[in-house]
Amino acid sequence: MTDAILPRVIPDRIPTRFAFWRRWETILFGVAVLIFAFDAVSSPHFLNPYTLSDATYNFTEKAIIAFAMAPLIIAGEIDLSVASIIALSSTAMGAAAVAGASPALLVLVALAVGAVAGAFNGFIVTHFRVPSIVVTIGTMSLYRGIAYVVLGDQAYRSYPPGFDYFGQGYVWWVISFEFALFLVLAVVFGVVLHLTVFGRQIYAIGNNPIAAQFSGIRVDRIRRILFVLTGVMSGVASVLLTSRIASTRPTIASGFELDVVTMAVLGGVNILGGSGTIPGVVIAAFVMGLVTFGLGLLNVPGIVQSVVIGTLLISVIALPIVVRRVAARWSKR
Amino acid sequence: MRLNRDVLLGLIVLAMLLGVASISPAFIAPGNLATLFNDNAMLIMVALGQMCVILTKCIDLSVGANIAFTGVIVALINAHAPALPIPLLMLIAAGIGLALGAFNGALVWLARIPPIVVTLGTLSIYRGLAFIASGGTSIVSKQMSHAFVAWPRLPIAGLPLMSWFAIVAVALFALLLNYTRLGRAFFAVGGNPVAAVYTGIDVGRTQFIAFCVSGTVAGFCGYLWASRYTIAYVDLAGGFELDVIAACVIGGVSISGGSGTVFGTLLGALFFGIVKNALPVIHVSPFWQLAISGAAILGAVVINAVRENRRPGRLILKEAVAT
Repeated sequence: MTDAILPRVIPDRIPTRFAFWRRWETILFGVAVLIFAFDAVSSPHFLNPYTLSDATYNFTEKAIIAFAMAPLIIAGEIDLSVASIIALSSTAMGAAAVAGASPALLVLVALAVGAVAGAFNGFIVTHFRVPSIVVTIGTMSLYRGIAYVVLGDQAYRSYPPGFDYFGQGYVWWVISFEFALFLVLAVVFGVVLHLTVFGRQIYAIGNNPIAAQFSGIRVDRIRRILFVLTGVMSGVASVLLTSRIASTRPTIASGFELDVVTMAVLGGVNILGGSGTIPGVVIAAFVMGLVTFGLGLLNVPGIVQSVVIGTLLISVIALPIVVRRVAARWSKR
Repeated sequence: MRLNRDVLLGLIVLAMLLGVASISPAFIAPGNLATLFNDNAMLIMVALGQMCVILTKCIDLSVGANIAFTGVIVALINAHAPALPIPLLMLIAAGIGLALGAFNGALVWLARIPPIVVTLGTLSIYRGLAFIASGGTSIVSKQMSHAFVAWPRLPIAGLPLMSWFAIVAVALFALLLNYTRLGRAFFAVGGNPVAAVYTGIDVGRTQFIAFCVSGTVAGFCGYLWASRYTIAYVDLAGGFELDVIAACVIGGVSISGGSGTVFGTLLGALFFGIVKNALPVIHVSPFWQLAISGAAILGAVVINAVRENRRPGRLILKEAVAT
């Protein structure tokens, strides 16, 4: 928000020496490798296919939302209501399961609820021209609030047989369904964002919405699509999470939104919009998963893990900026 | 005719009070209103600090974590040195809060990291530090000295000290924002950063000071929180940052900076508090509270947007953007 004072320079695709080594994704990948090595050295149980497979559950659900959150942030918007959409979808699924719905129908219900919730966010943001951060702080309370109204202090626990596959099933050997879906969606979102006209339009909107409007891009329509997409992905995450823990409480997935945004930003998505990549988000997902799982192996409590994540978030963003400023001061002398 | 927004919100708050009173007249008894105000004293104070930050186009998501950390530290000090006078403890709390706020502000000012990213990070860090400091345990009432618990409840002219803190805070913030250079600078930085630079205002420094203000108030409330609920642990004030931002938004503080009033924020906080306190009185399940506050935030945001004039500079684009 501070940087809005100066016209933004777009560093995208400017050929420089060592461009590859200075890319955010390369640096982040190095961090991921370091953490992986650290985990492997510090715990003898880490380098085991089954352990590693378990480790993926730490990030797949959040990463799937982050894939949609990344384009949304690149377009200059944000959605803080994703965790509440999970709660709402999960509640709807629980109610449908009580009514005797089949697993396939449950998935449909979750996706539909996600789409509607996302569409509502998009409608308020584009129709009333309100900053998405405020709108989604509002719907964050509203959506989870509806889950509270329906469930109160109760929980849904009865899900039909077969529903457990989404969160607990394995596609092949140690590759879980969640991890396979994570990989497929990474490719889909990567292709759409980086290789299609629609993808380029998202960057255009994020860099200058007015110029994008004048160059014939239907800005509001794309914003609405991105909000719906984020809602649908939250619905997908809701299916996975609900299936994995096999119960729905109104508090389900609380705090997820911060992790999802952290993942996107850590992955190099500019919180002010206009730049970021899906490969970056994928690496960030691994970094966050490895950090939390590695610390878990070392018996570090969850809340202390969040200190590490928070420090990581600030330091990886601050370091390049500080280094650049110090370098600039040196070259002046 | 355009009604002043603050007056409109005031009327809505009044209508709500009367509406609840029509079901349960005891709700607007002076004693209950005083309790209501006291219950929301901390929300009012922290919202006023947050307002300064939002005025400068920033946001502080770390206030809840700040309260938790400061509350835990102050309670620990009290548990180990019960003889330490409480006013000194309040100063320590404000000082810790100031340090945490200054850390946020320095990252925004010097490292140029967007405020939402900074405070998203420090939100986790401060709460994690609260966990480390407390060793994961709670500091409960029997560990606290009598004075530690009694101070905010001390009645002065019929109102507890806690309420007086909020009243003084409202007065101080009204003075700060309306009658000082710094207050005008907050508005200038958020209203038009480029113009602010040309008038000689250091934008980054002003934002830094806003974070210091917000942090100090939150830290001070860390003591009040631990004392009021006679417990200090890691989840103290969990999610409070959202209530605070909601109070500001309902109170008409523009999230894009540069506009807002102390009176509006006060009303926004009271609106929030009345909704919370009135639900049991009108026999609505407290589980409705979250949904209602969400709807209230959305309503306030939409009303703001509809009432707000588009900025003149954007008028030329109105048709193009409206497609």
